[in-house]
Amino acid sequence: MLKIKDLHASVEDKEILKGVSLEVKPGEVHAIMGPNGSGKSTLASVIAGKEEFEITKGSILFEGEDLEDVSPEERAHKGVFLSFQYPVEIPGVSVTNFMKTAINESRKARGQEDMPANEMLKLIREKSEMLDIDRKFLSRSLNQGFSGGEKKRNEIFQMAMLEPKLAILDETDSGLDIDALRIVANGVNKLKSKDNAVILITHYQRLLEYIIPDFVHVIHDGKIVKSGTKELALELEEKGYDWLKKEPVA
Amino acid sequence: MHSVPVDVEKVSPYNGKIIIDMAYTEEELKKELETKEYEYGFYTDIESDTFPKGLNEEIVIAISKKKEEPEWMTLWRLAAFKGWKEMVEPEWANIHYKKPNFQDISYYSAPNSKPKYDSLDEVDPELLDTFKRLGISIDEQKKLAGVAVDIVMDSVSVATTFKKTLAEKGIIFCSISEAIREHPELVKKYIGSVVPPKDNFYAALNSAVFSDGSFCYIPKGVRCPMELSTYFRINQAGTGQFERTLVIADEGSYVSYLEGCTAPSRDENQLHAAVVELIALDNSEIKYSTVQNWFPGDKEGKGGVFNFVTKRGLCEKGAKISWTQVETGSAITWKYPSCILKGDNSIGEFYSIAVTNNYQQADTGTKMVHIGKNTKSTIISKGISAGKSQNSYRGLVQVNSRANNARNFSQCDSLLMGNECGAHTFPYIEVKNKTAHIEHEATTSKIGEDQIFYCNQRGIDTEKAIALIVNGFSKEVLNKLPMEFAVEAQKLLEISLEGSVG
Repeated sequence: MLKIKDLHASVEDKEILKGVSLEVKPGEVHAIMGPNGSGKSTLASVIAGKEEFEITKGSILFEGEDLEDVSPEERAHKGVFLSFQYPVEIPGVSVTNFMKTAINESRKARGQEDMPANEMLKLIREKSEMLDIDRKFLSRSLNQGFSGGEKKRNEIFQMAMLEPKLAILDETDSGLDIDALRIVANGVNKLKSKDNAVILITHYQRLLEYIIPDFVHVIHDGKIVKSGTKELALELEEKGYDWLKKEPVA
Repeated sequence: MHSVPVDVEKVSPYNGKIIIDMAYTEEELKKELETKEYEYGFYTDIESDTFPKGLNEEIVIAISKKKEEPEWMTLWRLAAFKGWKEMVEPEWANIHYKKPNFQDISYYSAPNSKPKYDSLDEVDPELLDTFKRLGISIDEQKKLAGVAVDIVMDSVSVATTFKKTLAEKGIIFCSISEAIREHPELVKKYIGSVVPPKDNFYAALNSAVFSDGSFCYIPKGVRCPMELSTYFRINQAGTGQFERTLVIADEGSYVSYLEGCTAPSRDENQLHAAVVELIALDNSEIKYSTVQNWFPGDKEGKGGVFNFVTKRGLCEKGAKISWTQVETGSAITWKYPSCILKGDNSIGEFYSIAVTNNYQQADTGTKMVHIGKNTKSTIISKGISAGKSQNSYRGLVQVNSRANNARNFSQCDSLLMGNECGAHTFPYIEVKNKTAHIEHEATTSKIGEDQIFYCNQRGIDTEKAIALIVNGFSKEVLNKLPMEFAVEAQKLLEISLEGSVG
């Protein structure tokens, strides 16, 4: 599904990613861990197509297609979803209205008609129940005055609504209390299938107790320095990141 | 104009040639949006009866004669003209423009045939075509439940519908010329009572030369069963538009009045100096909504309408006036719909969205004059600036010494797009009564790249994202508009800001 080869990316001439390679197949869950400033979030933004990052070398293939000249919205239409670490506020635009617009724009890109209102309502009801979201919440302005937990839950709600092929969750666990974390994790687990894939970007092991990854990668200084299975996450929890920083790159 | 390949046909400026090109790039789209002509930039060749350019007493008298007005009206105009000659144009507004040469304007122009139509078949087909292209064909309007349309085409009313239904309730809705002839007692009593002929330079000019406009009277206790609306058009090159509107809501009555306009694009500047007077008698309510879309000038700032408007309403005891405006057009906008809260317990409201793009300049706001006790006013102003435009809010909240317990809440929000535009707020507050309670809030924000990227990531392209953000920003005001107008206004906001971020 996703093939990243020797990816180098810079922002304002400062190289942040220094050769990342990663392959994600349908049905897989990958966790990307690493200390602050290692390039985790940059990797997420680059996959989503944020313009301020310049790819200087390497490539990102999504379902065999090079994403280099594909705009962020087209990537979204193709099924790439990013759950933001810091979701932005859009005053006056309700969650429902935002989702309606997003879904219909994707449908339009695929040559489909707008989703009929009754279908939309059904979908909203179904997904909000799954994530234990009060529907009053959906008429509030997008992320405005939301608590940290509400913002993250809202991101997962959007993911549920859009049903992406590849979901990248950037520090979705940060700022969540244990109950919210469980709800979010349950949501992600329910949405998982053999056809879609998830990349979890996280600082801590905690989330991985709820969403079991198939692979764990450790990123440091713009490179993946170690890959393994879920046991690697436990090892990291125990030893911290310092031992990896010292280890020579394999 | 959102999803690039889908809407290409609609955007294409190439003389109706439909272009469907899958390799259509964003660059091309941007270019196309820049060169896109004013959406309603066409004009018809209806023969007009146009006066020679220039202004003097003879012209004023001739206009009055042409309209078969009684002598008192002619004298009223002449007094206004005398006052105007001694006045100078106001210069305090935050706008910069080449002043019009008032002797180089023709002050009267009417469509040639001035018939009273019995059916649409009798209407000049070219005129009907114009209405159709504007999307306001009378035919459709007739079917549109609850909307009566009094279309002002180049200063003279040529079509009035739903008149019968209104007449049954005793509601008078006609052109001001007709009102002067048929209801002189009402006109004589109220015209100039809220905006005196010598109120300001433009109001004086309008009082001297107004060609036509709308008149509305709602009798005591009557609730007008439909939204009354007028569509204005500027159609003659070099012809100023001097509309005069007078709305009177008698005791305990209610009316919602819609005013909307689009204008054809022209090279030379066109002057528009309208006067709107609202009189809300005891316990009545007037809702006056405007969607203004005069030609704003091209992207170099050439052409465009100069819009100098005086709008004011008077509230007697327990009366309420709400002004709602969506201003997207005009090169220059100078406009302050105001409320004189004369009666105790009266209420004034002002809800405004002003959009400026390219080289547009807007200096707009309101005046709330609290005279009666327990008077309340609310001001919600949303300014959106893009391109190299300048957008100013100018508002006065005045509480007079007798106005015990006056309340005002003002909120002025500005949204900036890009780095070359300006947003300004000039709130004036004058309070002469200690019991007054005045609140003022102001915010300025910018559409952020992060917001755009967030929308992009959800599959919403940049144009659509801006429309969404702008609509969200404007929501409080859009919600105040009657439903059918809100949809039109939302569409207008999108059109006005197309290509402004790229």
